[in-house]
Amino acid sequence: MNNKQTESQNLSTLTVIASRLDVGYQSEPIVRSINFSVGKGQSLALVGVNGSGKSTLLKTLVGLLQPLKGDLQVLGNLPGQSSRQIAYLSQSHTSGFILPLRVLDAVRMGRFANHGLLGKMTGADEDLVIQAMKNMQVWNLADKPLRSLSGGQQQRVHIAQVLARHADLLILDEPTAGLDAGAREIYQEAIRNELCRGASVITATHDIQEAMDCDQAMLLARKVIAVGRGKDIITAQALLETFGIVITLNQQNLGVAVVEREHGHNFHCDE
Amino acid sequence: MNWFIDPFLSNTFLQHALIGGMLVSISSGIVGTFVVLRGLAFIGDALGHGVLPGIAVAILLGIPGIIGASVGAVVMIGGISLITRKSRLSSDTAIGLLFVGMLALGVVIVSRSTTFTGDIVRVLFGEILGINNQAIFLQAIATLVIVVTAFICARPFLLLCYNPEQAQVSGFSSSLYHNIMLAMIAVAVVISFQTVGTMLVFGMLLAPAGAGALIARRIEAMIAWAASIGILSVYTGLLVSYHFNLAAGSSIVLIATIIFFGVLVVKNILLFRNRQIVGSKDE
Repeated sequence: MNNKQTESQNLSTLTVIASRLDVGYQSEPIVRSINFSVGKGQSLALVGVNGSGKSTLLKTLVGLLQPLKGDLQVLGNLPGQSSRQIAYLSQSHTSGFILPLRVLDAVRMGRFANHGLLGKMTGADEDLVIQAMKNMQVWNLADKPLRSLSGGQQQRVHIAQVLARHADLLILDEPTAGLDAGAREIYQEAIRNELCRGASVITATHDIQEAMDCDQAMLLARKVIAVGRGKDIITAQALLETFGIVITLNQQNLGVAVVEREHGHNFHCDE
Repeated sequence: MNWFIDPFLSNTFLQHALIGGMLVSISSGIVGTFVVLRGLAFIGDALGHGVLPGIAVAILLGIPGIIGASVGAVVMIGGISLITRKSRLSSDTAIGLLFVGMLALGVVIVSRSTTFTGDIVRVLFGEILGINNQAIFLQAIATLVIVVTAFICARPFLLLCYNPEQAQVSGFSSSLYHNIMLAMIAVAVVISFQTVGTMLVFGMLLAPAGAGALIARRIEAMIAWAASIGILSVYTGLLVSYHFNLAAGSSIVLIATIIFFGVLVVKNILLFRNRQIVGSKDE
């Protein structure tokens, strides 16, 4: 009885539970038999090359793709049934060049999920929008047309929109793509705030240091190479399987120090 | 001053044309905004031609052309959706196939009748100077439907323009609202075949909204600019056609297109001057 109680308590603190999950498209499974769980206030980084299945798994978590097999629970429901509690940052944003939209209006769109078609926005919504813009340091751009901003600035606005959602689960597909070092710091600080308030964060990234900083990492290469604490699973051998390159880890700062391609070309990728 | 106002005060047919044209401008301004922002121009064009066999059959059977046009639009949208779902072909190919298929069917039906030629020209290019109260009433109803739909669906429509995936994960079915958008385009095209015609309505959908996209900083402003430019085109087009004895529908669309290019040129001149000012400050 006690065991069962503990088990159900544990389940109630889990945001995502995946068991023997196959993801992909109907005619083409991409990754099979995925097992993982993410707790409240925890972070998971998906790491892998392009086409390794990161985005496919994220799209399945938010309900854009149906799971092909296995069990998947997101915030206690089937995927796609908790849209109010999930914020999603996708890789592409269409119409970016022609859509007449001010930065403020773009971030406000993050609150639409909470109010449906005609629900009125309140002062509390406005506060969340302003806070998100301040967190991503785009408040000074509020009145600017989104299309007039640089790629990195636009990405900060897209992230601010996700933060404005004030969701229980943040699913971010390559959020730091196009961000410079300063903007990455701003992003990391904003994500730390989200985790502190109890939100869970699942991120797809190519950045191994970013994965090391998360509570868990999953290495993907059209199959799960490893899943667990970043410090435990991100080994030279695992990275060779994931990226097809040999990587030497600098254990002192747990960052990646030297990368050596299998073919013998040496180059540095200090973070 | 009389040159600008008198024709409308002394001719009932011009008053009707102005009212009908203004209603077309409002509906086209709203629908055209989404056509431009979502890159749906090809489907809009295809709908304009795809409704032809429906109208032709309706005329043959002696029923109102608008019913035939509506059936034609439903067949087009349903067909495009079916082909894209059942095959791996892109929607472009599906639209193109149905576009020419329906147009060919329309011409085949027309070729069976010797008295049809005038009717078909009227369908393609409209007869804005001949519209009656009933046509204005229908246009007003359609415009009202479009205004109300756009108001209710403003949030999912904006999300669709921004990113269809974002609409879906925000709890708005992207396929449902995409289909509502297509239905709005169909209503705008079908209803306008009596005013500017199914071929020229495409100009009213694209030119004012295109100009609006160049000027506006918000989507609401883009709609307002598009509707205003449309109304200005209708007024100027009717005036020019009256004084110089030109085809009215074509004059309206031509004016709208000229305004678009005018806005484009002015915008580029302003951008060029701004860059020069910034450059001289940097020096």
